[in-house]
Amino acid sequence: MPDNVIETHGLTHYYGKRKSVDSLDLAVPRGSVFALLGLNGSGKTTTIRLLLGLLEPARGRATVLGHDSATLPPQVLGRIGYMNEEHQVYGWMRVDEIERFQTGFYPRWNRDVFAAVTEHFNLDRRAKVRHLSRGERAGLSLALTLAPETELLILDDPGLGLDTIVRRSLMEAMVYVTRDSNRTILFSSHILTEVERVADRIAILDRGVLRANCALDTFRERVRRVSLRFDRPPDRPPDIPGLLHSSTLDDLLTLTIANYTPQTEQQLRALNPREMEDLPLSLEEAFISYVQSPCKSTLLLSRLSPRQGCTDDCPP
Amino acid sequence: MSLEIHIHLGADPIYKQIVDQVRRPAATGHLQPGDPLPSIRALAERLIINPNTVARAYRDLVSQGVIEARQGVGYVAAERRRVFSAEERRRRLDQALDPLAQEALVLDLETSEIVDALEKKLASLRNPKQRKRNA
Repeated sequence: MPDNVIETHGLTHYYGKRKSVDSLDLAVPRGSVFALLGLNGSGKTTTIRLLLGLLEPARGRATVLGHDSATLPPQVLGRIGYMNEEHQVYGWMRVDEIERFQTGFYPRWNRDVFAAVTEHFNLDRRAKVRHLSRGERAGLSLALTLAPETELLILDDPGLGLDTIVRRSLMEAMVYVTRDSNRTILFSSHILTEVERVADRIAILDRGVLRANCALDTFRERVRRVSLRFDRPPDRPPDIPGLLHSSTLDDLLTLTIANYTPQTEQQLRALNPREMEDLPLSLEEAFISYVQSPCKSTLLLSRLSPRQGCTDDCPP
Repeated sequence: MSLEIHIHLGADPIYKQIVDQVRRPAATGHLQPGDPLPSIRALAERLIINPNTVARAYRDLVSQGVIEARQGVGYVAAERRRVFSAEERRRRLDQALDPLAQEALVLDLETSEIVDALEKKLASLRNPKQRKRNA
């Protein structure tokens, strides 16, 4: 029985006439490190704000820790750690004052975690928050998010604008959180190499529509690029389900395919190529092929129910 | 010995890189049967990666007969045994030969030079195991 800390059903939101989130069905299993991916404006932040009840959906609903997002009671909010893109913290407070202020909102507050993170970032506990650099503010924001040891962490593009060293610390912190298998992280990001390190599940949003939702390993295995060499290549791209991209160069046809299965291989062999070769494809390239494909509607992995699509391949 | 594992983010998924980097020393004898592997948690924290990725790699290595889980000890290198059919081993070798053959052709080498070089390479890789056995 899967235990989801977040579920959305037909979640839809508009900014004016533009659909920013379109009939989103999403489930985030407990204990996962779940990456929400998408280009700018794809609806990641809007989704997160809907989950936290900071925005109201036009249709559909979301539940977080079993409670409707629209009416999250304070004791449920106290079980969620949220870090926003801007690392907004009260500028007029000192670092130690803000810690004392925050402890009041959370049932658990681990002073050791707060001290460890702030020391790691070399924060002066007596410094005024508004005098901190961007990296230091991110460190403070991270300390404030981690210290309550909440069962759910929601991090909206936590690495945005931070240097490599700070981002590395952020990833270490995320891996540290997985020590407790009951804790879940939902985060959005643009940096695919970092996603590949720390995430075990991914969802791809494209103009508000969910295009993929599966285990990261499944995505890596099923989105493939193959080259086929022909005596005479076909005139048109072959009709292969999940074809994301196709290009022909002389006798060489290169295809990028989502949801590659043994049947796909049979279909490709049926084209009678002289040679067939698997080409390496990084997560970043796979992602780019995915969001750049001209196909507008929902595609593949998301059209399958989670059970058919991926969940069965995930470790229990 | 401590197992050196490095990851490089790019074309190969992380779990596959771990599998390759355990299989290689196991095959050459740098990793002897019974040698311990880092725990899933320890390796995940050292490499800063999701522990499920390490778990996935270890599962693959167990099913390939390279490592085994031992009660109370954790994962250790397994006694070498052949889990692949002759046909499968042939297929895998063939796959591995591809880049070698292509590079050799590009370099315009004689077949005898290639065979010589391959024999020397195999001998040098096998050496550490023999040294350990004689010790």
